[in-house]
Amino acid sequence: MSNKKIETQFEIIRTFVAILMAMTLALLIILLVSKQPVDALTSFLTGPFSSIRRFGNVIEMTIPFVFSGLAVCVMFQAKQFNMIGEGAFYVGGVAASFIAVKFLLPAGIHPFAAILFGGVVGGLVGLLPGFLKVKWNANELVSSLMLNYVCLYLGLYMMKSTIRDPNAGMIGSYVFPETAMLKKILAGTRIHSGLFIAILFIALTYLFMYRTKWGYALRMTGLNESFAKYSGINTKRVIIYSQVIGGLIAGIGGATEILGMYQRFQWSALPGYGFDGIIIAILARNNPIFVPIAAFFLAYLRVGADIMARMTDVPSEVISAIQAIIIVLIAAKRFLAKWQHKRIIKNSQEKLAVKEG
Amino acid sequence: MENLLPIIFSTSFAYSVLRVTTPILFASLAAIISDKAGVINIGLEGIMLFAALMGVISSAFTQSVLIGVLCAVATGVLLSLVLAYFSLNLKSDIILTGIALNLFSSGGTVFLLFLAAQDKGISVSLQSKVVPEISIPLINSIPVLGEILSGHNILTYVSLLCVFLIHLFLYKTPLGLRIRAVGETPNAADSVGISVRRIQYMALMISGALAGLGGAYMSMGYVSWFSRDMTAGRGFIALAAEAMGRGTPLGTFLAAIIFGFADALSNVMQSLRVPAEFVQMIPYVTTILGLVIYSIKQNNKIKKYRRNQV
Repeated sequence: MSNKKIETQFEIIRTFVAILMAMTLALLIILLVSKQPVDALTSFLTGPFSSIRRFGNVIEMTIPFVFSGLAVCVMFQAKQFNMIGEGAFYVGGVAASFIAVKFLLPAGIHPFAAILFGGVVGGLVGLLPGFLKVKWNANELVSSLMLNYVCLYLGLYMMKSTIRDPNAGMIGSYVFPETAMLKKILAGTRIHSGLFIAILFIALTYLFMYRTKWGYALRMTGLNESFAKYSGINTKRVIIYSQVIGGLIAGIGGATEILGMYQRFQWSALPGYGFDGIIIAILARNNPIFVPIAAFFLAYLRVGADIMARMTDVPSEVISAIQAIIIVLIAAKRFLAKWQHKRIIKNSQEKLAVKEG
Repeated sequence: MENLLPIIFSTSFAYSVLRVTTPILFASLAAIISDKAGVINIGLEGIMLFAALMGVISSAFTQSVLIGVLCAVATGVLLSLVLAYFSLNLKSDIILTGIALNLFSSGGTVFLLFLAAQDKGISVSLQSKVVPEISIPLINSIPVLGEILSGHNILTYVSLLCVFLIHLFLYKTPLGLRIRAVGETPNAADSVGISVRRIQYMALMISGALAGLGGAYMSMGYVSWFSRDMTAGRGFIALAAEAMGRGTPLGTFLAAIIFGFADALSNVMQSLRVPAEFVQMIPYVTTILGLVIYSIKQNNKIKKYRRNQV
């Protein structure tokens, strides 16, 4: 076995141990606070698989998670801690709703145009922190976090002043016309054709990152910016396009989510998918191929927690502990490192023994 | 708009600037200490939020203001220890750890709030205590200035005092010197026998305690309850304030005042005929502008330095 193989093996083991430890802690918390721990655990762990509708819920939630996960993957691979996914997802939804309500287009083209516009607006929002970073070295983390709030209030204002339905009984837009909505594809669930868009984007993002010059430049810049710069890569350009693409994917995610799952635009707060994207990207090791698995896992946890909260006395927020522990343990370089080190030494010694023997 | 100027130039507005600056100031000072030791504390937002909740819960159960504030501070220290353990011992990326801490606090506070108050939004069913306001004997008799400076929450005075204390601590004490040394060149500090990790642990703990005070003020002074995500980005605004203040306590204080001004402006403008969304945006837009202006200035300085070198 080569040492490289051992390293990959350990990455997988570490991921599973991290998940296991996080789940154990969640179970302990449930045991501690619940008067009906057995019911709570059963509905948490098996609930999502107990009916077609509930399993449908998991897939429905996986779709936006895939987009936000991919968006964060692209930005984190370039070592840009841009948190704009949250805001881009929101404005993407607003922009798509605008096209959906204001224009009359044929069925096939309508959602396409709306989603495209959502993506463009998302990309523009992603551009801003990237531009500020490259131009004046302004910290993208802080600027994007602040920009998320601006996205929320500006998006809400735009929605209210253009497409608000005064008779909606809440702050929301007019109901989308039939032509703009994404079709449901499985009876008994709300799974919509956005699933195909998500799959398409997984493939596109993977191909972009691992099969194109731009993707290569992006990964090199993330690994070692100075090295990339001295090998002739225009790192400033990389920093900008990585964040534009991240914003674009998140914007498309927001557009897809709003046209697939809602009758009208009704988000009056940031939906939180942008930050979920961080958990997904970390679980997937910033590799687009693993994003659907990570997204599905997170969606499973969320749906399970929701079912548990409805059936028993444990609030669904218990999974925030699971998420935090998964992030820090997977990001921890020293976690299980000694074990891995020993394996590698042993492996090398064995190889040496074979050679000498 | 013409209604706005008299409001801004009133003593009550100046009073409210100090009032809303307090949590930002605490968090900014927290950012200074950790940043000086070379460890970025992105988790300030989450630490403040958790401390705010623990202040409410503990003061409600013990009916003691002091215990409430102490619990909030202890929560801040504890959470920063968790941050320190993962980032310094297990070598997790400190930014990711901070983000994880924020996510954990955002959900974890709702979880605990539900257990303590059977409500997922606000803690009004808990009989929590507030830190009292005091008027300062001599100052309150000065015209104008008295109305601005007197009658604040005790924690507001503590935050102002902390500006000087942190300044003295960083520049006049051995530990402060060590913190700065560790932040500037950890290897050099290590070579003269300073334990880098221990110093960073201490810096993060102090940072957590200050953020804890900020949290206590949010729920036991600024308002008298806890509501979900009530810190609303103040921990991040503090990071920008620290950057703008170039990491010095006095500079950061001025930057925090600017952001406090924007916050107070957004509060008073809610009564005017401006779309609510634009009013709510003011603090965040101000922060972005502040950050950009600061970065431009820094950039010019570096360019000038390079030119002189050539």
